[in-house]
Amino acid sequence: MSAKVLKKLQSVLGDAILETSSFRGDEEVRVALKDWVRVAQVLRDDPELAMNHWVDLTAVDWPEREMEGQPRFDVLFSVRSYEKKHRIRVKALVKDGEDVPTLTTVWAGANWAEREVFDMFGIRFAGHRDLRRILMYDEFVGYPLRKDYPIDRVQPLVEYRDADDTLKLPPFGIEEGQPFARVDWEERLAGRDEQVSPSIAVQTGQRRALSDSEIAEAQFAKKPEESAAE
Amino acid sequence: MGEVKTIVGGSSGESFFTTKFESLLAWARKYSLFQYPFATACCGMEFFAVASPRYDIARFGAEAPRFSPRQSDVLWVVGTISQRQGPALKRIYEQMAEPKWVVSFGTCASCGGFYDNYTTIPGVDKIIPVDVYIPGCPPRPEAVLDGLMLLMEKIQKGNREPVTVLPKVVPELAQLRGKRALPIAGGGSKEGA
Repeated sequence: MSAKVLKKLQSVLGDAILETSSFRGDEEVRVALKDWVRVAQVLRDDPELAMNHWVDLTAVDWPEREMEGQPRFDVLFSVRSYEKKHRIRVKALVKDGEDVPTLTTVWAGANWAEREVFDMFGIRFAGHRDLRRILMYDEFVGYPLRKDYPIDRVQPLVEYRDADDTLKLPPFGIEEGQPFARVDWEERLAGRDEQVSPSIAVQTGQRRALSDSEIAEAQFAKKPEESAAE
Repeated sequence: MGEVKTIVGGSSGESFFTTKFESLLAWARKYSLFQYPFATACCGMEFFAVASPRYDIARFGAEAPRFSPRQSDVLWVVGTISQRQGPALKRIYEQMAEPKWVVSFGTCASCGGFYDNYTTIPGVDKIIPVDVYIPGCPPRPEAVLDGLMLLMEKIQKGNREPVTVLPKVVPELAQLRGKRALPIAGGGSKEGA
């Protein structure tokens, strides 16, 4: 349905469109960062496109791509047209530390979305008038949605009490309120043959998840044979 | 009247009773709890249900919510508390006048619930002392009333040990469940018959 947006963009912008993809009505174009604002202006101002509905701007972190010398982040925004009822997603690859030109000059609604991306990923938007954290507090160090942010790192604003009553009574277990990462799963699962999540099962060498029922059944069937062979 | 020691006199004429002053004071306190609802998340809806006429928390004298910590006795921490809210919650607790109690309403307030990440305080007892924990996601209004009754009991006894609302087994209901389960099991075994 929005395929004509792709055609129109390609005819207007030509080689500024590096890549396009279309999957079940989900159209996406990739552009270079230098064309970021120009593409946005065309999307808004071209009478055939008339994208007047700012939807969202977000980012994706691919740390393994940085090892291959590729830019680490995808920054993408979605816009839609109320009148034409079509939409498009525009993506650009951004290196760590690279500034993205702001879109607040094109759609005012980009303001808080850019602040959120800055807050969560540490991507700076050049020209944004009020680029500060929007969800996290100013004292927060680091960017929590980067994949290299440690999963169990908390940065409390109030010092935690060190009192006996913070150890919970039943029905709360002793690990209630403790990060799951601190739970010693190996110790807890030792000697058990219970269904666990796929990631833990792989880590601990247990059988696969129940959803892979055939594999599970095969392994169930194997077990008596193995024990008989021993 | 708390712990009544002696009663002198009858229904007609003059009569009096004796008690301990602390006991009388605790009796007065437990039946006039002014609450501060610190409602931050979905548990708040359940708190409104408890406060509304169907469950009617006013029966316990805990009628008036006060949105000023200076005028309230019980701090209900209702819902997830993020790290960013921590200073506000602690400050509200410190602004309340003694004597004061804290009820942790729901799993998130009690232990962080499933929010095991950089945003959430894993239980408000990490920053303020808690008197009663009410588990549940969200807890049923009956569990909340159980928690309030536990708190009243604690106030009467002058006990500040943290307590938890435990799951209740109602024998009559367990029997009913058993009866209902039987025909279903019988229906399943028809193939064999």
